[in-house]
Amino acid sequence: MAFSLINGIPGLSQKARAIRKSVVMSLAESGSGHLGGSMSSADILTTLYFSVMQHDPCNPSWPGRDRFILSIGHIAPVFYATLAEAGYFPKEELLNLRKLGSRLQGHPGRDHGLPGLELSAGSLGQGLSVAVGMAIAAGMDNMGNRFYCLCGDGELQEGSVWEAAMAAAHHNLNNLVLIIDRNGLQIDGNTEKVMALEPLKKKWEAFGWDTLECDGHDFRSLISAFQKTGIEQSRPSVIIAKTVMGKGIRSIEGDYRWHGKAPTKEQAEEFISELEI
Amino acid sequence: MSVMQFKNRGNKPTKAGFGEGLLEAGKANKKVVAIGADITASVGVDLFSSAFPGRFISLGIAEQNCMGVSAGLALMGKIPVFATYGVFSALRTTDQIRVSLCYNNLHVIIGGAHAGVSVGPDGATHQALEDIAVMRVMPNMTVLSPCDATQTRLAVIAAIEQCKGPVYLRFGREAMPDFTSPDMGFEAGKAQLFHEGSDVAIIATGHMTWEAMQAAIELQKEGINARVINIHTIKPLDESAVITAARECGAIVTAEEHQVAGGLGSAVSEVVSGNYPVPIEFIGMKDSFGESGPPLELMKKFGLTSENILKSCFAALQRKI
Repeated sequence: MAFSLINGIPGLSQKARAIRKSVVMSLAESGSGHLGGSMSSADILTTLYFSVMQHDPCNPSWPGRDRFILSIGHIAPVFYATLAEAGYFPKEELLNLRKLGSRLQGHPGRDHGLPGLELSAGSLGQGLSVAVGMAIAAGMDNMGNRFYCLCGDGELQEGSVWEAAMAAAHHNLNNLVLIIDRNGLQIDGNTEKVMALEPLKKKWEAFGWDTLECDGHDFRSLISAFQKTGIEQSRPSVIIAKTVMGKGIRSIEGDYRWHGKAPTKEQAEEFISELEI
Repeated sequence: MSVMQFKNRGNKPTKAGFGEGLLEAGKANKKVVAIGADITASVGVDLFSSAFPGRFISLGIAEQNCMGVSAGLALMGKIPVFATYGVFSALRTTDQIRVSLCYNNLHVIIGGAHAGVSVGPDGATHQALEDIAVMRVMPNMTVLSPCDATQTRLAVIAAIEQCKGPVYLRFGREAMPDFTSPDMGFEAGKAQLFHEGSDVAIIATGHMTWEAMQAAIELQKEGINARVINIHTIKPLDESAVITAARECGAIVTAEEHQVAGGLGSAVSEVVSGNYPVPIEFIGMKDSFGESGPPLELMKKFGLTSENILKSCFAALQRKI
């Protein structure tokens, strides 16, 4: 039995705010980790876990569940915060992020037994291939599950992503949805300066994907994009979600230096009070 | 056990054994699926793909993706077998193997074809000589290296039905002596004694096991009783067989169609030096690439023959205290 999803934008906004606060708190406690991409992906994850995916936090291994594959492993803080918010494990555990013996590894590790985690990941460019394999397996057995994979935009510079993109279209995987967190920034700066990705939409179209764009911080826009996926019966879908690194904390929004940084405890207090407004 | 009990029933490539074993395992277990990276027939997977087209997934020349897709299939309960040349399956995809397969501890069988210089005319780029070294350092990985076509058939079935987690199975291209009996069975992790002896132990893997047996016959003529041990499982290594050989024979020669650095020779010396140090001589590639040429000529050129093993046995005996 799947858990009940949230209808209505205010409910989703409230969840996203709670998730962002958890991210800031867990990072301040761990003293290291990735804040920027966690904040840019928060609304995407909120939409997936509270409005789109069929899943059951009380029964994480339910065979009928939709699968979420986090390819961009370094935004683990927001993934963990979302799982905890959905009820996969107690929220207090978020304070164990990156600590010795914790189930919340710096990059997700399945061997530590965290409920709701489908794949250990952290080396960029591998998750889409895994999601393709899962989607193929489900197709072979006529299972109705859907597979959602999240990649960062900088991650698309990995050649293996495009091998997977070719394979998904070749095998007509209409049960597969890739979401790209298009925040435009990576560690060295602007993606277009480091290694240009544009024209990104045309690239995915040329690879045979049903290509959608949306505002990655507007729940109406996100939901509407997800609703359009899988409509074309023979193609995989990609949603290019336009986002802002550090979204929700004005002083760090769009600042690539926050890619891999954790706030100090004082900064965290500031950020949390801003998120509470 | 004596080498006299083994007869070459005719030369046969180990890749043929791989293909036959995969087909057999596929018939017995519907969860088995195979992945193709364009060279399906060349690595023996065509038998399976013709018999079970619905369980064969063609992914083209994109090995990194093939490995990730294998991980995804395994996560959904399939038992994927992905075979291509070992230089690609073990080395081009090493990071995918490390993170997507080994860190997730997924039951995927990786076939490493074209192992060793006996690949022949294709030359250095296609001769896998570093695959054992890289695969055996991966946590959770099992590494298999059967000695002939019959044993390779049993090894695939064991990899699928007996092993847990990721398995790397290496095999060759050239037709080589097929001499083991299917009745010998295949127990992963268990060394096989092919010839009794206590003067010196030859510990061999893959095609080199046959060469080791020929060396033992020659040594017998000289009044030297060599023990021949076939290592079809390099990881987990049968440590007790290796330690017993060190204790009872007092000198060891390792033989492999692979770099000595990191391969069977290294694995054996790690165990011997830590438990019962004795002199060891190493037959294998000595930090060099292979090259083009007829397979057997290349084996000679790079010192991978029974004659070389024989000489190393004498060298080891001389160092024996």
